[in-house]
Amino acid sequence: MNYFELFDLVPAFDIDTANLAERYRDLQRAVHPDKFAHASEQQKLLSVQRTAQVNDGYQTLKSPLRRAEHMLSLRGIDLSHETTTIRDSGFLMQQMEWREMLEDINDAAEPQDAVDALYDSFASYEKSLFTLLSQLLITAAEDDNKQAADQIRKLKFMAKLNDELARIEDALLD
Amino acid sequence: MALLQIAEPGQSAAPHQHRLAVGIDLGTTNSLVAAVRSGQATTLADENGQHSLPSVVHYAKESIFVGDSAQAQSATDPKNTIVSVKRFMGRSLSDIQARDTQLAYQLEASENGLPVFVTQQGKVNPVQVSAEILKPLVARAEKTLGGELQGVVITVPAYFDDAQRQGTKDAAELLGVKVLRLLNEPTAAAIAYGLDTKQEGVIAIYDLGGGTFDISVLRLNRGVFEVLATGGDSALGGDDFDQLLVDHFKQAWQLTNLSAQEARRLQIEARRVKELLTSHSAVTASLDYQGKLLSCDVTKPDFDSLISALVKKTISSCRRTLRDAGVTIDEVIETVMVGGSTRVPMVREQVEAFFKKAPLTSIDPDRVVAIGAAIQADILVGNKPESDLLLLDVIPLSLGIETMGGLVEKVVTRNTTIPVARAQEFTTFKDGQTAMAFHVVQGERELVDDCRSLARFTLQGIPALAAGAAHIRVTFQVDADGLLSVTAMEKSTEVQTSIQVKPSFGLSDTEIATMLKDSMKHAKEDITRRMLAEQKVEAARVIESLTAALQKDSGLLAANEHAQLQTAIAKLAATAEKDDVDAIEKAINDLDAQTQDFAARRMDNSIKAALKGRSVDNI
Repeated sequence: MNYFELFDLVPAFDIDTANLAERYRDLQRAVHPDKFAHASEQQKLLSVQRTAQVNDGYQTLKSPLRRAEHMLSLRGIDLSHETTTIRDSGFLMQQMEWREMLEDINDAAEPQDAVDALYDSFASYEKSLFTLLSQLLITAAEDDNKQAADQIRKLKFMAKLNDELARIEDALLD
Repeated sequence: MALLQIAEPGQSAAPHQHRLAVGIDLGTTNSLVAAVRSGQATTLADENGQHSLPSVVHYAKESIFVGDSAQAQSATDPKNTIVSVKRFMGRSLSDIQARDTQLAYQLEASENGLPVFVTQQGKVNPVQVSAEILKPLVARAEKTLGGELQGVVITVPAYFDDAQRQGTKDAAELLGVKVLRLLNEPTAAAIAYGLDTKQEGVIAIYDLGGGTFDISVLRLNRGVFEVLATGGDSALGGDDFDQLLVDHFKQAWQLTNLSAQEARRLQIEARRVKELLTSHSAVTASLDYQGKLLSCDVTKPDFDSLISALVKKTISSCRRTLRDAGVTIDEVIETVMVGGSTRVPMVREQVEAFFKKAPLTSIDPDRVVAIGAAIQADILVGNKPESDLLLLDVIPLSLGIETMGGLVEKVVTRNTTIPVARAQEFTTFKDGQTAMAFHVVQGERELVDDCRSLARFTLQGIPALAAGAAHIRVTFQVDADGLLSVTAMEKSTEVQTSIQVKPSFGLSDTEIATMLKDSMKHAKEDITRRMLAEQKVEAARVIESLTAALQKDSGLLAANEHAQLQTAIAKLAATAEKDDVDAIEKAINDLDAQTQDFAARRMDNSIKAALKGRSVDNI
């Protein structure tokens, strides 16, 4: 399913998210099960299925990482089930360093400060990856696509780090 | 003959005909029913002018009492008087006993481990007890509104899992009431609040009831109520505050081995003390115990120190939910307090300190949920076709499936907007394998044992192929009520595999059928009559909406397709005149099959139409 088509948008990485949200609400008003509460079972089911698609499309296009991945998959490059490893040793070193810092959070004098500091460094690193990704996705050239895929793989690592950090923060709160 | 009236789905069949629908707040401690009358949503009172009905059911020898009359029996006959049944919903007996060791009931486990109350009227399960609470509320609504209800919206804690939601829906269906929607309590409160104040922006709903705690963060924008994140605890509420006081008294008075009556009296006294402490700085508690009058003073600071850990827990949930929602405290323009337990001063103080603003309590925290549900019910039943109110809610807990080694693979993550559908592919690992077993769980932890088991199901009828050759696509779908359904298909052969879902903590279809029979005097005929009535209503609905669709979108059909559908409609109408349930059901299915394509084309059309005005700004 091409979500850009569903939302009647030109496929591009840089999109107006406010406009996307407006379109999302328009689509919801057309398909949401609440509009079919008194309709037949068949229509209800169809409405649930379409709304699920609209929801998934919105989540995909709203998230920069998922949007980029969706663009590549529309270009025939599917990253969802791949096992390609990253060879960038500088990146891997940085990952290891951050993983160690995650492990040390609980021993820090002010764990919450350590958590916040890590959130900040993750965010600024992700920002630089996204800036590069945005440029690479403008053309559909094979080499750019390959490099874009690399950025996406790295961003997925970052997403995992962020999840890990959130889990540690949750444990601190309990 | 109202069958052939022309109307859009969701619209009222006749413009002036007002359909009756209500919102029901089925609470742990109290329940309410509300309806929209003359454009205004209000809670409905009983003949004594009472709005809230205590959620207490007393099983006397000959009859069943609900509400105040049941409450009156609570201290003398605790074994046959069920209080706070909501805390039993969708839970196993061992869950409940692990949490509370001093229940006054005689409990048994059902075949799949669900709690069953043994009363002098026999065994009843939490679904049946909940149905008893719903019964007088529905009767009250039908009497006040003067007619049969077309449907109800029932509220549930946002943090309720699948089993707890299903149990609530089963309770209504046991009564023969059509559930238009299960609505999350904080979302209901947000509707009542949002429509009342016309505010736009991010709001937080802090809902602490008798047995459950929810925190929801929503964005209000031109009629759209979008839940950004929700969090909470489905086993934390005012009852737990009472329990802490009970423990405190037991220690102060050195009580051991209380009888069921004494335990219940102590519980009632604890609640009285808690309620008085909202307006007094100290209260004297007393208990008539084996002829002696025991007493002790409880000050507000005493009480605060007892409950502070629980209140802190709710604040931690608020912090986490804001983070999940991706908003900061400063972005929250208003905090709305819902639920009777938000009357506890310490709760208000802590919520105010955390959100850095005084919480809003202008709408009665006890009634706001029922009022919001009534507004939603009025729209869903079709009384307000022009309404632009739209609710986008989320799933509170992640859904996952068990993988090798007792680990959980998440299929749908928490706070995903519902409805949601996710497909996952699985392959066979043995030659000729024709079946596959799945275990669905709900929760955030990585190990199956730390999550809640929802259901086990087996895929059967997988074509016998070499190992790894059969690819089974399993689709998990969560509907707008937050309820899960599963379908599966083998990809290469497109064989639809059958699924038998066995709910871990819910009632099986046969148990529900048995309960239905039990609830009716002349079981067999009543059930048949009810099924016939239901099929006739569905047939009318199908004909009504298809006729309207043909009127509106005949352009999407070729002339011969149009004629075929007209014939099929006439056939269903004729079948529905007669009293053959199976024939009507078959005719509906036949018509559904014939119109599938047309329905999909219409839906695509309305999607295109919805974005028509926007194409210009996409440059």
